[in-house]
Amino acid sequence: MRPLLPALLALGALSGAAKAPAPPRLLSQTGLYAAPGVVAARNLAYAPQYPLWTDGAAKARWIHLPAAIDGRDEGGWVFPVGTKAWKEFAFGGRKVETRLLWKTGSATWVFASYAWNEAQTDAVLVPEGGLPDAAEVAPGLRHAIPSRTDCRDCHGQEQVEVLGFTALQLSPDRDPGALHGEPLRPGLITLKDLVARGLLRGARPDLLTRPPRIAGDPATRAALGYLQANCASCHRADRPIPGLDLDLRPAHALRTALAPGSFPVPGQPESRILSPGHPERSVLLHRMGSRDPIAQMPPLGTVRVDQAAVDHLRRWIADVPFAPSH
Amino acid sequence: MTLLRALPYALLGLTLAQAATPAQTKQIQHGGYLVTIAGCHDCHTPLKMGPKGPEPDMTRMLSGHPEGLKMPPAPKLTEAPWGWAGSLTMTAFSGPWGVSYAANLTPDKETGLGSWTEAQFLRMVRSARHLGQGRAILPPMPIQNLQKVNEADLKAIFAYLQSIPAVKNKVPAPEAPAPTPIPMH
Repeated sequence: MRPLLPALLALGALSGAAKAPAPPRLLSQTGLYAAPGVVAARNLAYAPQYPLWTDGAAKARWIHLPAAIDGRDEGGWVFPVGTKAWKEFAFGGRKVETRLLWKTGSATWVFASYAWNEAQTDAVLVPEGGLPDAAEVAPGLRHAIPSRTDCRDCHGQEQVEVLGFTALQLSPDRDPGALHGEPLRPGLITLKDLVARGLLRGARPDLLTRPPRIAGDPATRAALGYLQANCASCHRADRPIPGLDLDLRPAHALRTALAPGSFPVPGQPESRILSPGHPERSVLLHRMGSRDPIAQMPPLGTVRVDQAAVDHLRRWIADVPFAPSH
Repeated sequence: MTLLRALPYALLGLTLAQAATPAQTKQIQHGGYLVTIAGCHDCHTPLKMGPKGPEPDMTRMLSGHPEGLKMPPAPKLTEAPWGWAGSLTMTAFSGPWGVSYAANLTPDKETGLGSWTEAQFLRMVRSARHLGQGRAILPPMPIQNLQKVNEADLKAIFAYLQSIPAVKNKVPAPEAPAPTPIPMH
């Protein structure tokens, strides 16, 4: 009977069974490493051009693709069953957590977070409710490892996305002005690599000659890229939030963010989510600049204001005389 | 609010759901029962002053803090252990978390739950987050109690809330707490 269980589990995964397997107890058991501290060669390192702000954490990311991505929908790549994506977070030179997204069936993903041990030799699976006090990121401010419910808040419920691994994020037309952007180092996988390795099929033929790029002047490009990475995983029309018609994806942000919204800037009755020429009346900026639990945006995953982003968005809102794009 | 007083209002949902199948009617009835015994009316149905004292204003059943009732700045309670204050309507609250208002649970599409799906309602409860993915749901909402409710009961509660009269009432956004929190002891 003993060999039957793994076989049945594997069959379940292959058939897209709704019941997901439990994540391994240790990070070292997830397939990330070939040997302690050595990432397995089959796992591809990548860096999105517009990174998510996590209180200044240094991040490293890898993905394992057992087969090709279905890239017919450029805005919603379909990953093969067996895909695993890891993201490592470090503060002050010490690894704090590594998150895992693992596609175990056609509509089944496992979410897991691993907290690194004191000796930095391995990381242990965090309980489903997360770990509220994982590391100090600034005097008096602690990094919380999110719960699995929180993971799904950003990555999706049914149609799960690997947010940093999209056509736009891997575009070779990389934004040099991206906030907190990393230069493309040798060894980081790009769209071109994916196509060359046969790991992306069904994409439009001119994907590499006309790669995804946010339209606009450099300041607009960086601002919209930041909103895409930090806000648009929740604020998007194809996954509407009840009563909130806000879509902060690059093609829609300038149109939908001109509404008043339901959370005015205190003392600014004329405020709008984004008020061109008036940063002081822009709710978006007010909430980005707050870490009060009621007002802060994003509502989770950060305890420190991203001041560089607030400064850029303030200048952009003040200076750019933009008009609705639609 | 006592169960006896609340039952007629729970049954109102049934009346409004006459087109429902027997199974749906039973689900709505069960949801109304749960809403009543769980005390949802306590905060989400504003109180008004009646001949015997404060009583639920059932013309505004489950519609949350009245839009027209603009609250002045919350009183400063600086002497612990006094720590929080509430409005006479029992729909606005001030405490260490800031100022919070009871939400509109009626099926009004613009100001209530009318545009919500059942899945979004379940997600709101499971995540304990505003709109299912925003800030944490604030006190005094006992969301931790609701999180213990099983899925069938949560669906019944949602079905009931979708069956009651829609009330257009835009509840204000919450307000941040004072910079210096009130000490607990």
